[in-house]
Amino acid sequence: MHSMASLQTADTLINAHGVDYLIIGLYFAFVIGIGILAKRAVSDSLDFFLSGRSLPAWVTGLAFISANLGAVEIMGMSANGAQFGISTVHYFWVGAIPAMLFLGVVMMPFYYGSKVRSVPEFMFRRFGTGAHLVNALSFAVAQLLIAGVNLYLLGSIVHALLGWPLWVALLIAAVIVLSYITLGGLSAAIYNEVLQFFVIVASLLPLTLIGLHRVGGYQGLKDKITEFAASAPASAGVPSADQQLQAWPGQALSGFDSPVLSVVGIVFGLGFVLSFGYWTTNFVEVQRAMASNSISAARKTPIIGAFPKMFVPFIVIFPGMIAAVLVSEIAQLKGGGSPPGGASGRGVQYNDSLLFLMRDLLPNGLLGLAIAGLLAAFMAGMAANISAFNTVFSYDLWQRYIRKDRPDHYYLRIGRLATVAATVIAIFTAIIASGFSNIMDYLQTLFGFFNAPLFATFILGMFWKRMTATAGWAGLVLGTLSAMAVFATNEWGPLDLPGQGAAFLSASTAFVVDIAVSIVVTMFTEPKPVAELRGLVYSETPKEDLIDPHEAAKPWYQRTMPLAGVALVLVIILNFLF
Amino acid sequence: MSNAHEPSGRHTAGAFDIRNFIGALLGLYGVILTLMGLFGDKSLDKTGGINANLYAGIVLLVVGAGFMIWARVRPVIVPPHVEEPADGPGPDAH
Repeated sequence: MHSMASLQTADTLINAHGVDYLIIGLYFAFVIGIGILAKRAVSDSLDFFLSGRSLPAWVTGLAFISANLGAVEIMGMSANGAQFGISTVHYFWVGAIPAMLFLGVVMMPFYYGSKVRSVPEFMFRRFGTGAHLVNALSFAVAQLLIAGVNLYLLGSIVHALLGWPLWVALLIAAVIVLSYITLGGLSAAIYNEVLQFFVIVASLLPLTLIGLHRVGGYQGLKDKITEFAASAPASAGVPSADQQLQAWPGQALSGFDSPVLSVVGIVFGLGFVLSFGYWTTNFVEVQRAMASNSISAARKTPIIGAFPKMFVPFIVIFPGMIAAVLVSEIAQLKGGGSPPGGASGRGVQYNDSLLFLMRDLLPNGLLGLAIAGLLAAFMAGMAANISAFNTVFSYDLWQRYIRKDRPDHYYLRIGRLATVAATVIAIFTAIIASGFSNIMDYLQTLFGFFNAPLFATFILGMFWKRMTATAGWAGLVLGTLSAMAVFATNEWGPLDLPGQGAAFLSASTAFVVDIAVSIVVTMFTEPKPVAELRGLVYSETPKEDLIDPHEAAKPWYQRTMPLAGVALVLVIILNFLF
Repeated sequence: MSNAHEPSGRHTAGAFDIRNFIGALLGLYGVILTLMGLFGDKSLDKTGGINANLYAGIVLLVVGAGFMIWARVRPVIVPPHVEEPADGPGPDAH
């Protein structure tokens, strides 16, 4: 690094020039512009909350993955890449793609076909008030907290990169997200997510390619990682080169010593319970598909999203792996050292991998694009949380329990007010997060617990018409509690699983307990009349309600099932390659 | 609930087609990076001897133009109305 840069980077992690600010500024101008233009299309609450159900599948498909491609994903996965290597791909190829395909093929017809406006509303129609309240409340609170965490991460990155005070960065980011969502509702959020997707790719792809060039291609990267693993002191606990360079059995990631247990843990814990819970019942994701223009487009949303999703690891995990051999601070950290500095100022962490790599590899210009890409990712995450929150709050909580039967524009106004309130709360959450980062970690883990039993309840409820309303909420509550119990036993009790093993185990426990409780409770309670289950339960729904009659006439690449098949084959091939 | 927010039968989405936005932003980035690659500090020590700004700029220009062309060739037809909104969003509509 030349001397001028190192002089100016005394305070900030990188050294941004005018041209970088220009690129970042352009991005914000476009984001706001989309919000202003999207406002013209909002005339009723359905426009605001579900984009009038009018978007094409490629738009909702990209938004579907972009909503998830937030701060935690990009920084966290590159951090995992730096620490554990290639087995991080399981979060994508095992932990996302199968569940996304399942959502599109099996579950989406019920969500879209039943014309519910949110996932909790489906819960209400199937199981009534108890399960609905559990689902709607936990979802709403979780979204506020996660939006706050996203906002905090965004603020701290801006602080580290550009040197702005944390509160200034928080406020500016919050105001931008607030303005485009209050103006344009979900359309603005979704259109921005699509734009964000391309900006993120445009910023991370050059970084990855330059990085690979610097280490001498993929072979060079493998050689360097092998060399590093061989020379690192045993006390550093660096995973062996084999473990870092082969996806399976992924012991470093799962934390299980036995390869068999590790594979079982990854496939069942991560691939089945955790990921199906997240991708198929999380309204942040499902809302994107509900905004599409037909049942066919809704089903294709997660399937189209699966194609870019399977290649995201290459521009997220690879930079992390490259950083671990190329960036001196990250290499030191991995070798057991504790270099000072980093984005937090409290010492370098794996989460800083991407930032350091940007600093070391990118010329000004591309650097601005990379920062814009990161900011885009953070805002995408936060905006997705807030646009899902305002829908659930307005339809599922306010309209259902507080003020029924008002005219539609009333709920549109409530939606806008909820957006403002959510943003203000997110700012406060962000400030709390900046003081107590550990508490936030625990809370996020806690909300993760709600997802695993949700999937069990949904899937039972969709395919077993006998399942009763009491079983719905009892399964959810006991499933969630059992997950918490396992997690607590691991954290403070006799159980001691390192890595992600505890999360896998608690999710699996929640799933099994939920199913068991639901079955037992159903045996002793009265089921809903069959007439009320049309569109909600497989056996009571006519086939033609679940598919798009026009789809059969389209070419194969526009049909749900062939697309899902291709995606599945591709992801299996990828698993064999790495 | 009226379906009147799209007045005429077939009409194209015009300026507010997200593809135009993506094309415009990526194109602008392409211009800036290409200029940086030609006239700016190339930082060859960082990139390992590649003029990264120039290459990235050219690729962005091509991709941006691609989105603009796609939007011109296959404009979005806004349907008269898309779906019937859920029959009166009455909370008790079972």
